[in-house]
Amino acid sequence: MTNDSESNVTLLDPTKRGHWTSDQDVRWCPGCGDYGILAAMQFMHAELAKDPATEIKTEDTVFISGIGCAARFPYYMDTYGMHTIHGRSPAIATGLAIARPDLNIWVVGGDGDMLSIGGNHLIHALRRNVNLTILLFNNQIYGLTKGQYSPTSEVGKVTKSTPSGSIDPPFNPISLAVGARATFVARTHDLDRKHMIDVFQQANAHRGASLVEIYQNCNVFNDGAFDAITKRANRAAMMIDLVDGEPVRFGADNEKGVVINNGRAEVVEVDDVGVDSLLVHRADADPSVSFALAELANDRQSPTAFGVFRAVESPEYTDAVEAQVADAQSDGAGNLSDLLTSGATWTV
Amino acid sequence: MQLTGDRFTSTSALVGNDLATLPEFPAEIRAPQGTLAGVSAFQVHISDHDIHTPGDISDVLVAMNPAALKSQLNRLKGGGTIILNSDAFDERNLEKCGYEIDPRSDGTLDDFTVHEIAMTSLTVTATADLDVKKRDAERSKNFFALGVISWMYTRPLEPTMEWVEAKFASKPAVVAANVAALKAGHAYGETTEMFANQYVVNAAPAKPGTYTNITGNTATAWGMIAAGELSGLPVFLGSYPITPASDILHELSRHKNFGVRTFQAEDEIAGAGAALGAAFGGALAYTTTSGPGVALKGETIGLALSMELPLVIIDVQRGGPSTGLPTKTEASDLMMAMYGRHGESPMPVVAASTPSDCFFAAIEASRLALKYRTPVMLLTDGYLATGAEPWRLPEVSDLPDIGVSFTTEANSTDLEGNPVFLPFLRDQDTLSRPWAIPGTPGLEHRLGGLEKADQTGDVSYDPNNHELMTQLREAKINGIANDIPPAEIDGTGGADVLLVGWGSTLGSITSAVQSMREEGLSVDQLHLTHIHPFPSNLGDVLTKYTRILVPELNRGQLVKLLRAEYLVDATPLSKVQGLPFTGQEIISATKALLEVTQ
Repeated sequence: MTNDSESNVTLLDPTKRGHWTSDQDVRWCPGCGDYGILAAMQFMHAELAKDPATEIKTEDTVFISGIGCAARFPYYMDTYGMHTIHGRSPAIATGLAIARPDLNIWVVGGDGDMLSIGGNHLIHALRRNVNLTILLFNNQIYGLTKGQYSPTSEVGKVTKSTPSGSIDPPFNPISLAVGARATFVARTHDLDRKHMIDVFQQANAHRGASLVEIYQNCNVFNDGAFDAITKRANRAAMMIDLVDGEPVRFGADNEKGVVINNGRAEVVEVDDVGVDSLLVHRADADPSVSFALAELANDRQSPTAFGVFRAVESPEYTDAVEAQVADAQSDGAGNLSDLLTSGATWTV
Repeated sequence: MQLTGDRFTSTSALVGNDLATLPEFPAEIRAPQGTLAGVSAFQVHISDHDIHTPGDISDVLVAMNPAALKSQLNRLKGGGTIILNSDAFDERNLEKCGYEIDPRSDGTLDDFTVHEIAMTSLTVTATADLDVKKRDAERSKNFFALGVISWMYTRPLEPTMEWVEAKFASKPAVVAANVAALKAGHAYGETTEMFANQYVVNAAPAKPGTYTNITGNTATAWGMIAAGELSGLPVFLGSYPITPASDILHELSRHKNFGVRTFQAEDEIAGAGAALGAAFGGALAYTTTSGPGVALKGETIGLALSMELPLVIIDVQRGGPSTGLPTKTEASDLMMAMYGRHGESPMPVVAASTPSDCFFAAIEASRLALKYRTPVMLLTDGYLATGAEPWRLPEVSDLPDIGVSFTTEANSTDLEGNPVFLPFLRDQDTLSRPWAIPGTPGLEHRLGGLEKADQTGDVSYDPNNHELMTQLREAKINGIANDIPPAEIDGTGGADVLLVGWGSTLGSITSAVQSMREEGLSVDQLHLTHIHPFPSNLGDVLTKYTRILVPELNRGQLVKLLRAEYLVDATPLSKVQGLPFTGQEIISATKALLEVTQ
């Protein structure tokens, strides 16, 4: 937290990125996709601070992470933060959210942290709808332990621990979140700062648990994992931008679209089916539709949807906790002497 | 039967008896009735003088079926009284528990005074005029038994009737049946000439004050609430249901009017994790569990230790390892509490000694956690958790102030003189670090499990810094020895033998010591509440004795600590049967050590 006097003015100005940047040296590998995500996060906060109505403050913001490369994230934000235990960050963040519903809490983790060791905590935080913004940096590999396959790696992945290729099918994080009845589910990627900022803002503004999957490149152990989709030259053909209320279309000339056929999302040529047959994206549609859209990305060679899959209003967990406490206190706060004599008593 | 025992206990408490209870029930919810495994027993010891245990052997046994008789007969005094439900002694029930011949006819019960009462059919008759089905009526037979025993021991029925009315308010038929059965049992005792004696157990002389009857789990929950009030911090409990600790969660969740937040997590790890998150936010945070849960929480406890945040872990011990004996008591988690973590990770260990002491132990554990920003292990056990005793209620104004302040301002300056916050700049006296919570402007900081640089808390892999921080964390905990009461001997201070105990063995050891002193033996007693760190004078106290006996409901865990720490020749006395010590077991072992011929 030491301040560098030469840039003190920048540091004191919340509309500047520097205000949100801690004094710690960033220790990710050069070229890691995490740098782009960190920058987007810092810029997003600086951007939000320009709107006085947001009252966004470093002291009211908390980043909580588990273990892994992504989990170093809190050290680099000049907010409150906890770098905790592998997999447990959603649980730890839930406790903080219940104790301090006034805080804006972000949870950061990788695919191993969130879906392997921490899969249980993730689904429970989502189904409870705790007011947390959960960022899942998906690089489809274990980076910090130097290159084992992860629960999002494709079948057949050859790694140090799977020299003959991995044999277990991967999770699709969006499908999993939708299955857990998450109330906000989105996907973005580390090469598009503007898209990240937009999705982060929407996720954070959502009252309840938000899950954002970020396709993130690990340039050391799984370089180019998403190139077929997110590399600039491939984006038009491979990235489907979900826009609420609009037909789901993509392609260089918007020539492709998505229809729901027998419950399954299918890519079609718009000319073959007509615009009216296309799926009109609704973030509050039945979860089966969100699920179908998520399943488009079940291999790395198919067009993949990005943006907000799902955003529905639902009672938020800590609001319900506070309501029960307020209800219990409606006749006044507890009194210790009364508690001690609340059972049958006798006097000697 | 647990409910019947509870009612007899509560009424006895109300008439002013001293008492101690030992509930014993199977781990299964509906264990097969009539089998030995299915026996649910409740032992209660009432007295007109000070007592410390549920008693080694009973004077009266109420057996509702042959299995109950078979499983409990060895705990009945020779010449004692048996009241049995003769309706249940049919061929099928006898066979279920392995009686080839009816014990009522083969001389098994010759040494006892046996009263056979057809409790089931008498209950059905007593409720005949009520609108209850026969099957439901039969369920009230325990209240008939309670009525009989209430007559025998001159207990009033009114408190139980009031309780039944409140408990089953929405089921008038159940109230009517239970009250009818209770009264019928009482009338049966009064009108038959079966019982030669009726017993009057007067109130035990007790210190003036207001008393209530309390179990250990309730006392623990109340202690947590009290600690919240005494510290001015909101209480947070992250927990996952586990026998025999769940009642703490249940009790606490009923008291949200104190601003208590209870969170039933998805697992033990999440329970501890959520509590740690709440502690970061400035709550007085707890996680409650039993042995298997402590094992799962170990990594989180390590993080709390590394982050130096307050967190109280309450372990209601039970028989282990693994699922072990979930409903039976044992004190075998001491070594886990002391050492059951990765890395060099010392933390305070506090142990409650009686059901009501759980209240004070919870406050003390909270005090240490808050003041020293450390996880603290509070050990209770199944015997304390479910056992009850009369408790002279403390005055709230006599309870300690355990409040701490959050840091709200920078505590240092950088090289250019700018104010900075150093989250690991320690207090000179306590070695505690500042506790600054989110929402405090200017003190933004990050805590992690990676080793932290002294003072700044920045990530540091420096070898010397790691050694320094390891030593600082240890010194902080060791320093608590000066902040707790010294070890105090009960006795002369120089007897032939010293009995050292911890936890729920207090009652058994105290009873045994009293008996031995009455016999003329020279016995001193010491009971430890703080096991880590030990009181600072403990070594000096122990080295005065040539014989030290350490009774423990484990294979000898405290005794190893004492021997390791003080190089004293302490002798273990072990019991791992899921039951507390009897006084006689302790007396025999003490005499053996003294080489006194028995």
